[in-house]
Amino acid sequence: MERLLKNKALSGWLMVSPLAAILMFFLVLPIVMIVIVSFWRATEFSIIPDFDLENYQYLFGSAVTYKVFFNTFKYAAITWALTLGIGFTVAYFLAFHIRSQTWQIALFLLCTIPFWTSNIIRMISWIPFLGRNGIANSALISWGVIDEPLEWLLFSDFAVILAFVHLYTLFMVVPIFNTMMRIDKSLVEAARDAGASGAQILWNVIIPLTKPGIMIGTIFVVTLVMGDFITVRFMSGSQSANVGRLISNDIALLAYPSASATAVVLLATVLIVIATLLRFVDIRKEL
Amino acid sequence: MAAQRQDLELVNVTKRYGTALAVDAISHHFKSASYTCLLGPSGCGKSSTLRIIAGHETVTSGSVLLAARDISNLPPARRGTAMMFQNYALFPHLSVIDNVAFSLKMKGVDAKERRAQAGEMLSLVDMTALADRLPDQLSGGQQQRVALARALITRPQVLLLDEPLSALDPFLRIRMRTELRRLQRELGISFVHVTHGQDEALALADEIVVMNNARIEQAGPAREVFNAPRTAFVARFMGGHNVIALPGGHFAIRSDEVRVSAPDTGLMAGQVVAVEYQGNHVSVTARIAGDQEVIALMPDQHFFNEPKIPGDTIGLTWEQSNLHELTA
Repeated sequence: MERLLKNKALSGWLMVSPLAAILMFFLVLPIVMIVIVSFWRATEFSIIPDFDLENYQYLFGSAVTYKVFFNTFKYAAITWALTLGIGFTVAYFLAFHIRSQTWQIALFLLCTIPFWTSNIIRMISWIPFLGRNGIANSALISWGVIDEPLEWLLFSDFAVILAFVHLYTLFMVVPIFNTMMRIDKSLVEAARDAGASGAQILWNVIIPLTKPGIMIGTIFVVTLVMGDFITVRFMSGSQSANVGRLISNDIALLAYPSASATAVVLLATVLIVIATLLRFVDIRKEL
Repeated sequence: MAAQRQDLELVNVTKRYGTALAVDAISHHFKSASYTCLLGPSGCGKSSTLRIIAGHETVTSGSVLLAARDISNLPPARRGTAMMFQNYALFPHLSVIDNVAFSLKMKGVDAKERRAQAGEMLSLVDMTALADRLPDQLSGGQQQRVALARALITRPQVLLLDEPLSALDPFLRIRMRTELRRLQRELGISFVHVTHGQDEALALADEIVVMNNARIEQAGPAREVFNAPRTAFVARFMGGHNVIALPGGHFAIRSDEVRVSAPDTGLMAGQVVAVEYQGNHVSVTARIAGDQEVIALMPDQHFFNEPKIPGDTIGLTWEQSNLHELTA
């Protein structure tokens, strides 16, 4: 028994086993299940265990799939660009312009306040604001900017992306701020000593050193947007689709094998995107 | 007169942070092509003074002149100064050669030309072989050489060094200070070096500026500051001195100028309280009248010819000319 306790390898395995068990049961097993089910067959009233490529053949043979995947990438790309722009600016302001740590913490907490309510509520609260007779339209009409309500404010790609940016910008702010706080302030002085202007310092010193944070934020935002279905459904008024909605529609029709096949393809796509991103930036130092 | 025009001068330079006074109306004239050390305990305002010269702090009042022009309000890069930071502040994402070439890149010099110039600078500090490494892959001493090359590539008239040796181990520190001195001679520009180590200042400096409480306590050639301290603070901070109160006032005398003689033969009688062997010397601490302690450094030969032990009564003598009156 004593020898058993002294065995380093054994105690190591014991220590990782709780987490490994949880991940096994709640992550690996479901994914394996999804992969298996994706090869099953389904009719209108039954699901038949099988090894059949029909689901994938149908998926890759349909023009809708490509359109929906393209739409998903479009949402991800636009949301990424906007959250990066806003997130970087906010983090830069917090890290380099706010001198006192108390204020930094206070303002940072301010950024997290929206997170005290659920995603859905924050999303839905846009509807009365953007609607045909909503606050935005009535304000614009009363200021005389427009004569009749703007139709594209709600139930449009604009609304979807607005909600995405609103929901996910903080996921960009946090990692970027975290990386920026670790940049030695004397590097900025050294750059200024070498004659760099503010823009040159930003481009040659701060952005390169913030890359790992940008990358982590990018991974958060891209995976969240690509996996989302509820935002697209609510904010587009069911007029646009992304891959998440494709899956949720299949599930609603109890077409589990087809939903699983789509999910597997989406998972593979997201993993390829992340793998590509990680080729460019080493984030190990940030973890 | 031509040399005169390269001089750096501080005129009544004052820096306040809120109500705290960091630098209190300092005036000093740094000779061109000289090595000056700003010496003092931490918080005495020496680093603030350096950062004011560099342009990383603004003056509250007063001015900084270099080569007879007022540079107090110029941005750091247009002052003709370059700064070497305490932790070197090398850009971790750039290779050694790109770090050195950074200021040229900012000026818009094309890649080939700036690499050539940076290469020259690296050979000056003997770092050519490691040009493509990242700063993380260098030792402290190597990082310092790179930081030096990066500062020197801007062709400054004055190089400002903020505690450049404090991050190095003692052995390397002594080697690097020889190198700093060699570079200063070769380049013929002024170095202003901030340090809290008096041995470093003595070894390097043509002129030492001792600071305390945001003011200059004493400034002068290294030998003069060490040999003839004007205040008790300077005498204590430089070390190797006894500060004693005699009927005529307070005086400083170097420990190695105090000689030990037989009881009742010296200028003063003392009782040995401690003896410390220090290799070349033996330090004998004696208590004299007025409950003051005086340290006499004896060459070890002399001591071991007539050893003393705590409790012995001895006589202490010195040349009157070696006694320096202190003003405060």
